[in-house]
Amino acid sequence: MEKSSVQHKTGFWEVVKSLLSGLQLTWRHFRNADKRRAPVPVMDESYFKQPEGLVTLTYPYEAIPVPENGRYRLHNEIDDCIVCDLCAKICPVNCITIESVKATEEIGMTSDGTKKRLYAPVFDIDMAKCCYCGLCTTVCPTDCLTMTPVYDFAEVDIKNMIYHFTDLTPEQAEEKKQLLAKQQEEMAAAKSAALAARKQQ
Amino acid sequence: MLAFLLTLMLLLGIVIVLAYAERKVAAFMQDRMGPTEAGPYGSLQSVLDVLKLLQKEDIVPAAADKKLFKLAPILIFAAVFAGFAVIPFTPDLIPAGIGIGVFYLLAIISLDVVGLLMAGWGSNNKYAMLGAMRSVAQIVSYEIPAGLAILSVVMICQSLDFQEISYQQGILLNRFPGLEFEKNWLFGIEALGINTTNIGGITTWNIFRAPLLLVAFVIYFIASLAESNRAPFDIPEAESELVAGFHVEYSGFRFAILFLAEYSMMVLVSLVAVILFLGSWNTPLPNLTALKLANWTTGTVGELSGVLWGGFWLLSKTFVLLFLQLQIRWTYPRLRVDQLMYLCWKVLTPVALGIVLLAGIWRLLMV
Repeated sequence: MEKSSVQHKTGFWEVVKSLLSGLQLTWRHFRNADKRRAPVPVMDESYFKQPEGLVTLTYPYEAIPVPENGRYRLHNEIDDCIVCDLCAKICPVNCITIESVKATEEIGMTSDGTKKRLYAPVFDIDMAKCCYCGLCTTVCPTDCLTMTPVYDFAEVDIKNMIYHFTDLTPEQAEEKKQLLAKQQEEMAAAKSAALAARKQQ
Repeated sequence: MLAFLLTLMLLLGIVIVLAYAERKVAAFMQDRMGPTEAGPYGSLQSVLDVLKLLQKEDIVPAAADKKLFKLAPILIFAAVFAGFAVIPFTPDLIPAGIGIGVFYLLAIISLDVVGLLMAGWGSNNKYAMLGAMRSVAQIVSYEIPAGLAILSVVMICQSLDFQEISYQQGILLNRFPGLEFEKNWLFGIEALGINTTNIGGITTWNIFRAPLLLVAFVIYFIASLAESNRAPFDIPEAESELVAGFHVEYSGFRFAILFLAEYSMMVLVSLVAVILFLGSWNTPLPNLTALKLANWTTGTVGELSGVLWGGFWLLSKTFVLLFLQLQIRWTYPRLRVDQLMYLCWKVLTPVALGIVLLAGIWRLLMV
């Protein structure tokens, strides 16, 4: 680089000129303060081009829309869940806790036609632990576990970061457990009776 | 007593508006939004700030010189507020119409320095001490060019009375007792033969009566920025190096008083600049043959219209200068201490001395 490329301007009028151009700059920004950034998503062409105006968005009232494939808060549609436990197994940070109880009969169908045979008395996701990798949503066979566009869910008490997705009350869960135990008892009794009958023959 | 209360109310109102404007202007110039939550467009923000400050604990550091520490904010504010006593707000409204107003104002504002030094020393804090020392050095130095610039106005106007200086700069010239037969000439030179006594407006403002006062105005404005510790001369309060300067240890009500004093100082120096150079409460619109713009926008002295027009012009000119102060703060970087002293002693003071000399010669041309 040649040194002569930088030329310092000196002298009284140059200084006055540079002071005035400084004032001109702030005045231009002040005048353009009636224009504002629009909350356009990152996919929009104008996202990286804002020639003038205020750049601030008043966040809780305005927010930039998140991309469709963004990974934010998890949601489980329990009606569609077959309690297969795949999500809990793949989770790298073990933030999903599932307990399952076998149903005594078929409970119903998910929206994609899979039969449901398990109750989930516990289906907890600890959002404080979640690392938002999205693996659970890819393994989910019925697509009931999804990422929502909600990202602002801070809590005062960290216990509230554990989301409970079960549709059973503790009483109902207890009832289902007893039903299963009763059915298994009956089946065991029937089985032992059948065994005894075969022995007698 | 009534004048005291009215001036105090007016001052509090202006300062609250100014504190809000400062935040909004700063935000807009930096492409931000500023306060938006409290009231419409955040307009109640500074009121809430004051209420918050009043509720805060009044902390006096254990190692502070308690008497000086407690007295300092009151002294600083009293010194600045006393300056408002001689400011003419309208043609017939002046808290204390004394004949040596300019002299009194310069003297009483200088008392501010004592308060700053008390605050800095009394706080027993390095930052406060440094800030106070810088502040005193700066204010004492810049009083000289400011004083010389004011002196040139006094020489042109031949008066130390703010109200008389005000009357000289407009169509009401002959209404002032003692000036009944005075005449204003364009650029103050009778030889040009253009009588502006009844034209008024901007042609009789001091910067027009004697155009060299325009230079004096620029000198005074720069010096007044330094006197009110405003950027780019805010080294006494340089946030990035001294935290807050002399008022770093203050909290609650005492801090509110210091803050109020600082903004009052801004208002006061702008008011003085308007009165001495920019035609005081006179209208900027001149009388043009048939269009008696100056007469229409002056009102009748002694009646409500005169008071309203006078107050309106004085305050709107002041707000223009205040806006300029804010804009300068958010445009220019802070000067170093040596640059500050260089500007004062080697640039402004010699130029101001030259202006004083020229003002004397100009005055000879005027009579």
